[in-house]
Amino acid sequence: MSPWLPILMAVPVLGAIVVALLPKGSDKLAKQVTLVVSLVVLALTIVMATQFRTGGPRFQFQAAYDWIPSFGVKFGVGVDGIALVLIALSAVLVPIVVLASWHDADGTQSADGTLITPKRSVKTYFSLLLVLEAMMIGVFAATDVFLFYVFFEAMLIPMYFMIGSYGGAQRSYAAVKFLLYSLFGGLLMLVAVIALYVVAGKGTFMYPELIGVIKDPATQKWLFGGFFIAFAIKAPLWPVHTWLPDAAAQAPAGAAVLLVGVLDKVGTFGMLRFCLELFPDAAKAFTTPIVVLAVISIIYGAIVAIGQTDMKRLIAYTSISHFGFIVMGVFAMSQVAQSGAALYMVNHGFSTGALFLAAGFLIARRGSPYIADYGGVQKVAPLLAGFFLIAGLAGLSLPGLSSFVSEFMVMIGTYSSTAFGAGALTVAAVISAVAVILAAVYILWMVQRTLHGPTAEPVKAFKDLNAREIVVLAPLVALIIGFGFFPKPLLDVINPAVTQTLVNVQVDNPAIAEKGAGQ
Amino acid sequence: MNNAVAPTIEYGTLAPMLLVFGAAVIGVLVEAFAPHYVRKAIHVPLTLLSLAGAFALVIVQIVQGAVPTAPVAMGAVAVDGPALFIWGVILVLSFVCVLLINDEGHFVASAAAVPGSADEEEAEAAGVTHTEVYPLALFAVGGMLLFPASHDLLTMFVGLEVMSLPLYLLCGLARRRRLLSQEASMKYFLLGAFSSAFFLYGTAMIYGYAGTVSFTGINESLATGSLLDPLLLIGFALLGVGLLFKIGAAPFQAWKPDVYQGAPTPVTALMASGTLVAAVGALLRVFWVALGNLDWNWRPVIWAVAALTMLVGAIVAITQTDIKRMLAYSSIAHAGFLLIGVLATFDKAQENAKSLSAILFYLLVYSITTVGAFAVVTMVRDPGGEAGHLSRWAGLGKRSPLLAGVFAFFLLAFAGIPLTSGFFGKYAVFAAALSSGAERGDSLGGWMTGLVVLGVVASAVAAFFYVRVIVLMFFSEPAADGPSIAVPSMGTVAVIAVSLLVTVGVGLFPQPMLDLANQAASSLFVR
Repeated sequence: MSPWLPILMAVPVLGAIVVALLPKGSDKLAKQVTLVVSLVVLALTIVMATQFRTGGPRFQFQAAYDWIPSFGVKFGVGVDGIALVLIALSAVLVPIVVLASWHDADGTQSADGTLITPKRSVKTYFSLLLVLEAMMIGVFAATDVFLFYVFFEAMLIPMYFMIGSYGGAQRSYAAVKFLLYSLFGGLLMLVAVIALYVVAGKGTFMYPELIGVIKDPATQKWLFGGFFIAFAIKAPLWPVHTWLPDAAAQAPAGAAVLLVGVLDKVGTFGMLRFCLELFPDAAKAFTTPIVVLAVISIIYGAIVAIGQTDMKRLIAYTSISHFGFIVMGVFAMSQVAQSGAALYMVNHGFSTGALFLAAGFLIARRGSPYIADYGGVQKVAPLLAGFFLIAGLAGLSLPGLSSFVSEFMVMIGTYSSTAFGAGALTVAAVISAVAVILAAVYILWMVQRTLHGPTAEPVKAFKDLNAREIVVLAPLVALIIGFGFFPKPLLDVINPAVTQTLVNVQVDNPAIAEKGAGQ
Repeated sequence: MNNAVAPTIEYGTLAPMLLVFGAAVIGVLVEAFAPHYVRKAIHVPLTLLSLAGAFALVIVQIVQGAVPTAPVAMGAVAVDGPALFIWGVILVLSFVCVLLINDEGHFVASAAAVPGSADEEEAEAAGVTHTEVYPLALFAVGGMLLFPASHDLLTMFVGLEVMSLPLYLLCGLARRRRLLSQEASMKYFLLGAFSSAFFLYGTAMIYGYAGTVSFTGINESLATGSLLDPLLLIGFALLGVGLLFKIGAAPFQAWKPDVYQGAPTPVTALMASGTLVAAVGALLRVFWVALGNLDWNWRPVIWAVAALTMLVGAIVAITQTDIKRMLAYSSIAHAGFLLIGVLATFDKAQENAKSLSAILFYLLVYSITTVGAFAVVTMVRDPGGEAGHLSRWAGLGKRSPLLAGVFAFFLLAFAGIPLTSGFFGKYAVFAAALSSGAERGDSLGGWMTGLVVLGVVASAVAAFFYVRVIVLMFFSEPAADGPSIAVPSMGTVAVIAVSLLVTVGVGLFPQPMLDLANQAASSLFVR
């Protein structure tokens, strides 16, 4: 019984209660408390991460308390390498988002004095943010499938209110669409979760005890379907992606970062954790259609991104393309591809986070998300332009930046995957490589139209980044560059978990089977 | 020639019910003899104390563990574990509903006066009040206690009528929008009378088949007799119509929206919670105990009814523009979810305890949230009464964030979002249904999985209209002349607080309530 994970979840919940109970008019205090709480969570996460033994058992910091004995449900938590890095990602992003959203609920005005967003309750926003943080940690830490489901669904609600109450003009449409898509997927998963419990007949939802229990291939396929549809909507994968551009474009920049950077990762994380290991035969049987969907997502997302006129929608579509890469890596069933996919989940969080935030700072100055309303920002606000450029380059996976490592691993791992016979996935890898060129088009074209060229009239009044905004972007850029050159610490943590996953999936690959046996 | 045996009545076991009926009779006497200015002062404590006393008597029986293992009162009433649980729930619900009834301004001054006439104005000016509502409510509650606990069809019919007749009256007593209220009352009465007739005719048919109206007797004759006897099948169908009407299952749901909308909101709350609980209890007893051996016949029928009810409730609710009508359709959809639980029967009787406990738990959490939601509805007012139209609720979150927040939470509980009580209710019922369908040789088998999938689809559709209200309250700008929020009485505050507490508490820690339901269900219905 390790208290780490329950404490990590309890701190933000307590923080949220404190923030919500602050008296009226203490907006500034609410922000400060939120920032301190999120920094405490970050500090605790770092200390916990240093104690993670990469050669140790798969699940560490385990704790399980009886929660609902009647249903066989435990409050069971524990992390493997993949969950650990995703929790760390959440813990890093939340304080950054808190700082970035400092004035989001205050009511913002553009340079020429028009109201962009009206004043709204600051306390509510920040306590929702902290509740969301607790749930993000919980969803990755849950080792009880039921508990995972509870967080999976419950975390929609704070995000729903953050989009619906604090977002742009079309916010209520976007919030409802987001909620209903996710809820529908989640409910199908609920049926699969119950059926898993009934069919397994073990009287428990604890994940380690359910691995390899479902033997019947037909049952596996049905249950796999229930889980996979939920995760595909969450990730999202073409053709169930349409909620993401709306939600991301309407959400305030900070919420968009958490939505795309963390919440959507629950989908790909779930595929890797639950779909593969609980239903290995089904996963292998469905690999071809899923990889096809992933490749469509990669190409479709990239092409549609090129055509976008709204910066946030553009970033959302690039993410759909990147999620395609992650899903392809997960289902390529090779060590390199899956490690790359897990690493991609983290790196995408940093790069897209930086891109959304930099775009958010641009939008906050001009009051318009449309690319056409900008131009020549470079001359007026060189710092902002510089950060925007680096974030963009990370988005197109420039070598030397972190996303390059993971994208390269996914592609090479898919190309050389022997799980389905040598060369079976080669075509997928080759087609997806086209997206690298498309990525250069959508990012560089956006950069060119916003940062360069003649300075548009309203842009001339732009102020460059202030100290707070630099503090927001600098750590992300540092991480992007740092992990671009030195991804080893992350990979060391991720690799054993991936190996174990592949052993449980029993991929017909002697090299891995041998390596796995040594674990 | 004097060999008639005096009937034995277990007064101790029946005490909760007798107390409520006794208090109702005293209430009538108060109406007859006490001067009008002291009536309310007598009625309120009398009603509340009798309900609380009856609840205490129920608790005493549970704590003593003296749950009878055979029907009492000469086989007419079955006070078993599930019945005591249902009694407890109904008594709590009616207690809080009486707190709502107690609020000023819900009931008409003079029901007999033509709406809008001078008589009515006169009565209103004179400050006349219909204090009969208290004894009427008590009679209805007494009927609700008898209905699910009866052990033969005739007693059940009596319970049904005692429960329904006062409710028909109470529905017509709304102070505002008199015509709507009278229409509701009339519709409810006519349709209710029809359904009662169906029930009674079904009783006669079953008697013709089994030669008895006792559930034990019917069950025994089913074990040996032909299962394809027309008398039996017609009787079963007619009984089913009568019972399904009371829970508002499709295609017998048409009365619910009209009645819920027209009735005074506290009475709606009582019907949406207490009546539903009682009717589901009675339905279970008829189908599981009396017709338990007929399950190959009734399960497919109820399957279809459940599917239809969920879909009709969820889909038609989307088009509603009145908050009470929307909640009525929501109640229809939930009746469908409950029917999924009714279907979840097993070969071994003891395993049925799982489904029974799921249904009891669902009833408890759903009805408490429902009362809370209607209590909130009573507080949002226009000059002409409650602000029923949904558009009037726009921007409520900005005007009154606390109230809107509480209501949003109730709606999320109805939608079954995790960390609310509603989620665990739904989960329990779905889980029971799936494990029933997974049983080897189950007559419905994979169809149960299909029904659960339909159930989650209906939940997703239902989520849409719950979420739409949240969108209205929080994400829309308030109307310039929006509704006012009535300053709530202590009673209303208490009702909302209790219901919020249960919804949150059970949502986080459902185990204690599940233990209660499990314990109540473990003994199953007496046969």
